[in-house]
Amino acid sequence: MILGGIDIVTLIATLMAASTPVLLAATGELVAEKSGVLNLGVEGMMIIGAVAGFATAVGTGSPVLGFLGGAIAGALLATLFAVLTQVFLSNQTATGLALTMFGLGLSALFGKGFEGVRPPATGKVPFGPLSEIPGLGRILFSHDWVVYLSLALVVAVWAFLRFTRAGLILRAVGENAEAAHALGYRVIAVRLMALAFGGALAGMGGAYLSLVRVPQWTEGMTAGAGWIALAIVVFASWRAGRVLIGAYLFGGITALQLQLQAAGYAIPVHLLSMAPYVLTIVVLVVLSAIHRRGVQAAPAALGRSFHAST
Amino acid sequence: MNRRTFLQTTAATAVAAAAGLPARAADPLKVGFIYVGPIGDMGWSYQHDQARQAIAKEFGDKIVTTYVENVPEGPDAERALTQLALEGNQLIFATSFGFMDATVNVAKKFPNVKFEHATGYKRADNLATYDARFYEGRAIQGTIAGRMTKSNKIGYIGSFPIPEVVQGINSAFIHAKKVNPDVEIKVVWAYTWFDPAKEADAAAALIAEGCDVIMQHTDSTAPQAKAQEAGNVITFGQASDMAAFAPMPRVTSTIDNWEPYYKKRVAAMLDGSWTSESTWGGIGTGMVKIGEISSAVPAEVKAEVEALESKLASGEYHPFTGPLNKQDGSAWLAAGETPDDGTLAGMNFFVEGIKAELPK
Amino acid sequence: MIRLVKRPVPSKAWSWATPLIAVLATMIAGGILFAVLGKNPVEAIRVIFWDPLFGPNAGYFRGQLLVKAAPLILIASGLAVGFKAGIWNIGAEGQYIIGAICGAALALAVYPTESAWLFPAMVILGALGGFLWGLIPALLKVIFGTNEILVSLMLVYVAQNLLAYMAFGPLKNPEGYGFPGSRNLQQYASAHNPELIAGTGAHWGVLAALIAVIGAYILMHRHIAGFRIRVAGEAPRAARFAGVVPARLVVFCLGLSGALAGLAGLFEVAGPSGQITDSFNAGYGFTAIIVAFLGRLHPIGILLAGLLMALTYIGGDMAQLMLSLPSAAIQVFQGMLLFFLLGFDLLTNYRVRIGRARA
Repeated sequence: MILGGIDIVTLIATLMAASTPVLLAATGELVAEKSGVLNLGVEGMMIIGAVAGFATAVGTGSPVLGFLGGAIAGALLATLFAVLTQVFLSNQTATGLALTMFGLGLSALFGKGFEGVRPPATGKVPFGPLSEIPGLGRILFSHDWVVYLSLALVVAVWAFLRFTRAGLILRAVGENAEAAHALGYRVIAVRLMALAFGGALAGMGGAYLSLVRVPQWTEGMTAGAGWIALAIVVFASWRAGRVLIGAYLFGGITALQLQLQAAGYAIPVHLLSMAPYVLTIVVLVVLSAIHRRGVQAAPAALGRSFHAST
Repeated sequence: MNRRTFLQTTAATAVAAAAGLPARAADPLKVGFIYVGPIGDMGWSYQHDQARQAIAKEFGDKIVTTYVENVPEGPDAERALTQLALEGNQLIFATSFGFMDATVNVAKKFPNVKFEHATGYKRADNLATYDARFYEGRAIQGTIAGRMTKSNKIGYIGSFPIPEVVQGINSAFIHAKKVNPDVEIKVVWAYTWFDPAKEADAAAALIAEGCDVIMQHTDSTAPQAKAQEAGNVITFGQASDMAAFAPMPRVTSTIDNWEPYYKKRVAAMLDGSWTSESTWGGIGTGMVKIGEISSAVPAEVKAEVEALESKLASGEYHPFTGPLNKQDGSAWLAAGETPDDGTLAGMNFFVEGIKAELPK
Repeated sequence: MIRLVKRPVPSKAWSWATPLIAVLATMIAGGILFAVLGKNPVEAIRVIFWDPLFGPNAGYFRGQLLVKAAPLILIASGLAVGFKAGIWNIGAEGQYIIGAICGAALALAVYPTESAWLFPAMVILGALGGFLWGLIPALLKVIFGTNEILVSLMLVYVAQNLLAYMAFGPLKNPEGYGFPGSRNLQQYASAHNPELIAGTGAHWGVLAALIAVIGAYILMHRHIAGFRIRVAGEAPRAARFAGVVPARLVVFCLGLSGALAGLAGLFEVAGPSGQITDSFNAGYGFTAIIVAFLGRLHPIGILLAGLLMALTYIGGDMAQLMLSLPSAAIQVFQGMLLFFLLGFDLLTNYRVRIGRARA
């Protein structure tokens, strides 16, 4: 299907793969933020995941173990953040920024020796004839398992937050930590788990970059993806479903501008790259205008330290 | 001023002064490098550091090399360069275009230290410039591309619309067209030297447009991986050999090889013959190296480009030899004419036949 | 069981002791890191912390310390005022960029006219640009109640893309052979922000940073407005009764921090950096947030924290050069320093008690 010189099927198939790292990271960050903690260290956790996932996959020869390794490394770094912000009550913004710096450095140290190595390939899921369906086959049945996992995780997180008791507790902690504490919920423990989950997903997102997207390990290879993940959570106004839209939109704009160029259009690249961020601000404004007197979109306790005084 | 600061100030002056003096015969020559990226970038900075390691080995205890990596362009570069000079380095290589003004400033402050700036155009008595004629490598890539493409569409991932990249696009197109008149070139600007995800997307977009040859002027291997996934697309290693992707999709590569130049300049420092000059070396000087041509390239094409390589090396053939017109159809070079280096170094137009528009 | 008990007032003694403990802890942990990497830990610590201040070439590096610290301190001073009031501007990086673009654009537009008015006009435009960019999240917050953390952060990316557009387009040096980046303002006398005293590194931005520290101190600790700002941050409801107008406070805090960030950007682009390029903003706006918190949002603390951050950058470069430590090790070291500083700060505000709480 060609529209204005752009092959729509390729565009969609490309942006799905392109968006997977930020989709994973943003889904994780969504859960962390829902618990009331703003972790700006997504970039750091992603790149740690990228190097750990790469090293594990190369060491074991198994991409599956690689993704697991990336997730564990991301979760460990997130736990460090959680201990600092939840137990030592350090400022979340500053600690998150420091976490990014730390993660970038640490990943580079661990990554020495893995440069120029090729990881084992992560295969496509064999859908057989399904992937031959014109158009739809390329879009729906031509990806590796992590793409489907990332989609499944979005659904799982959505269902978890909406339908489960644990999800309710998580949201309660994020809306009003003091009240949740008074009701007998263990605020710190909930947040530790939410942060670790967020870190694990960021780590997997990083591993997707080093194992599938590039696939190679190089220093600084996340190149700002973690920051985009943060923007997507805001764009999504803390709704799992909208995270998917946001990730595909942010990924889509990059893919689209490159395809437009390839199709021979002279476009103002930088102005176009600005668009998703401007759109995010517009979404924020609209949401806050709608909710002016009602419920705010952001978790009410987001970014605040919690200390149980009793 | 108390005594303590006085002593420190004089010590600082003494060191600064001593740094500029020629070394005593027994002292090793100190050679410093600053890199814009990490040495683990597997591309630009990595290649410079490979050359540093090579000369360190070559000259043994006659020289000591040091480097600072990950230096942002701007004031940090100026400080890093000053640090290198203060530490007594007598020859300092600034290996990124963006270090240009910082290098000029520091060179002014240390008239006795020799500076070398890569890819820039500002020189001084103690500041030389050097660059490589990467477009010679593109001539070889263009020939292979023209011969091997089935769709007659070549995709080119450009980093930034700067002369170095424009030269590459023009050279690749001219030589592809020479062996295959039906060929066209599609250009995508990534506006980055290194962003694997974006480079992968750029490659995917070009492949979607029907390109079965992808050339990249960015440093990551992401486009190689995309091409491999597509199956029938060929690529070329950029900056480093990227041999991990041979024989397909990577069919050959253009390697930045700074070793011969660094060797020559260090030797000149050691025997006192260093002068400020502007070097722009190509295949002939070894500064541009063509990686192994893989088995995916048909034998007759391989023979053809090997002949081209030796003509480029000997200087018998210039990749920009007239008759050539500019994109708008106006005459650029008459038959047999070749451009002077000044024109080339500031190249800001596409040649005739390229349909893409050069961002202004 | 270990418990934390909030102190009624932050401990003065601990507020001085914790940074020292944190730096010591970093030296130990960093020393272990350096030892693992096969370097002499004592030497590495000396090179990072001592040599830039008292080493053989300290005369030069002390000046560079000011160059590196000035933008951090200038930005952080403004941010801290807002943070105290509970207004979270984390988009200083964007305001820094816009300030630089506005100021530099004026100079580039009138190039090569020499005029004594040019630099002052650039300074005003730089501050104005940052102010207006900071005003966007402020007005959105006041009018629609939009979260300023997120809007200011999003505006950083907008500013970054705008910067790239400017560097490749309208502000590109017409004599630059097609390379991105503007003319170098260092070579344009009327627009240049020079060293005020040769060899000291001190330019107008350093002076501005000092003034900002003093101004912030007077505002926050010697003026009724500072009292109101602090009340607004600690007890928003009480502040309303004390006559604080929240809307005005939001505009004031974001506008002020934006203007200071814009100033920092202008001084940097007209001075040490010299050029508008797509990457001239070396992350000062984000690092300044860390500096503000390290300095506990207190002007004097920020001054010290800014200098400490600058020291680790400069000492880190020296360690790379003299000991061939990879830059990654320096980043890890800086990260550890920040973790320890932020973590140990707990002791200032809380008492650690061992044993069960009495009912």
